[in-house]
Amino acid sequence: MKKFMNSADDFLKESLQGFGAAHQDIVNCHYDPNFITRATPTKEGKVALISGGGSGHEPMHGGLVGYGMLDAACPGFVFSSPTPDQMLAAAEKVDSGAGVLFIVKNYSGDVMNFQMAAEMMQGPNESVLTNDDVAVEDSSFTTGRRGVAATVVVEKIVGSLAEHGGSLQECKALGDKVNKNSGSMGVAFSSCTVPAAGKPNFDIGDDEMEFGVGIHGEPGRRRDKMKSAQDITNELLEAINEDLKPEANEEILLFVNGMGGTPLTELYLIYDNAKNMLDKKNIKISRSLVGNYCTSLEMQGASITLTKLDEELLKHWDSSVHTAAMRWGV
Amino acid sequence: MSVNFLIHRAKEIQAVIDANASEIEKLDQEIGDGDHIFNVQRGIKLVIELEAVIKDLPMSKALNQIAMKVLSGIGGSSGALFGTLFMTMAKGNDIDNGVDYKKAIEIFADGVEAVKQRGKADVGEKTMMDVLIPVSNCLKKGVEDNKHVKEILNEAIEVAEKGMFSTKDLLATKGRASFLGERAKGHIDPGARSSQLMIKTVCESVLNS
Repeated sequence: MKKFMNSADDFLKESLQGFGAAHQDIVNCHYDPNFITRATPTKEGKVALISGGGSGHEPMHGGLVGYGMLDAACPGFVFSSPTPDQMLAAAEKVDSGAGVLFIVKNYSGDVMNFQMAAEMMQGPNESVLTNDDVAVEDSSFTTGRRGVAATVVVEKIVGSLAEHGGSLQECKALGDKVNKNSGSMGVAFSSCTVPAAGKPNFDIGDDEMEFGVGIHGEPGRRRDKMKSAQDITNELLEAINEDLKPEANEEILLFVNGMGGTPLTELYLIYDNAKNMLDKKNIKISRSLVGNYCTSLEMQGASITLTKLDEELLKHWDSSVHTAAMRWGV
Repeated sequence: MSVNFLIHRAKEIQAVIDANASEIEKLDQEIGDGDHIFNVQRGIKLVIELEAVIKDLPMSKALNQIAMKVLSGIGGSSGALFGTLFMTMAKGNDIDNGVDYKKAIEIFADGVEAVKQRGKADVGEKTMMDVLIPVSNCLKKGVEDNKHVKEILNEAIEVAEKGMFSTKDLLATKGRASFLGERAKGHIDPGARSSQLMIKTVCESVLNS
């Protein structure tokens, strides 16, 4: 294992400290329990959005805390769910009285821990559970489909609604809608190594890829031999389209997400190849996002997310956002 | 059952788990990701370390402290499941005015039911529920049938062992063993083994007291 680290025990703490210091104009990092909030307090009457999950998926979720997106994020240890004490401390800090919306990826540990936090919380709260991964119905970490990169899209769009005065129920409903309008699938060329484990999560041959991989390197649909980028892209999109069924002339967001170890050069190449295929099907790409947003440590690989956009979603996608990882309109 | 009872059982469980640590670790390496024994040992250690804080507290507060410690200290799914067990037990009716064996069985059974709901796992899915659910049912039935406490506990020890061995031939549909499919067959679930050992330790300790 080669990693920039001093000790496995301090890995998360030092990374959080660096993140907090580098973006002190946007966020505040709190420790024991660990959570990240905006540098400024929640506006009175604004619904507070809190997300979280295991670390190792950066910039998700800490990098998505800021104006127009999350109010707080709770990072667990690498690939391990955060715990209710973190969510409760974060909620106490950012709840302005209008309630808290938890945005949770459908992974068993995350679901159970957020559920417990919601039960223990005194004030009004709701949860949106993302499950956009079309690869598998049940994985080694979940019951039902996994929540992956579309979580970023949910956080952007619901974040905008909350910023513009949406109520807790409206935010919850919009979150569910964005999730339902989204489908994702990923592929991995290499494994990733959890610092505390010290060895790769799985073995994969030089000429192999894991098709439909999850964001911890957990297995997907099948192990395949390497193929051309266009073939891989076509297969990912076919799987998503089969599930999402976008109609001709329907407007979509095309989101090409890097898993951490694949260069932007290749992510843009995937974007080009995806556009080729979607153009042929007359599906209208009206918005785009390309980059490393929902990563799996140093894993080489990428995922594609499509989100069907209507006027409401478009408006909230376009509105201003100012976070460490996403910034436009400001 | 007193707070002191809980602390002493935790210490006995620690000794038994430590003595069987390599076996449990091996089971987990075969079908899991190898961290189960580490989580269990850490959880027990955290509970024992609470001794000074909880020893003079009423039962409900002590159980709640244990729940929060396990929840935040173990983390992940295991923390949530064991946290749920203790948190539910802490909510038991009137437990600050003394807990006899019938009350202890009642709150344990409520706890197991809550864990079942939380993890959405039932008997037959190759998890610790294959031990906890039959044991809980056996204890409740024993009280209903007015059996002697010694008889109930002896049966519980047997039922726990049977449940643990039953996981050997099951396919996993929950937890990390599930992606192994047929490959997980023939291996005892490590969570079933560790919970069977804990139940055996507590039951034997009461029987020998």
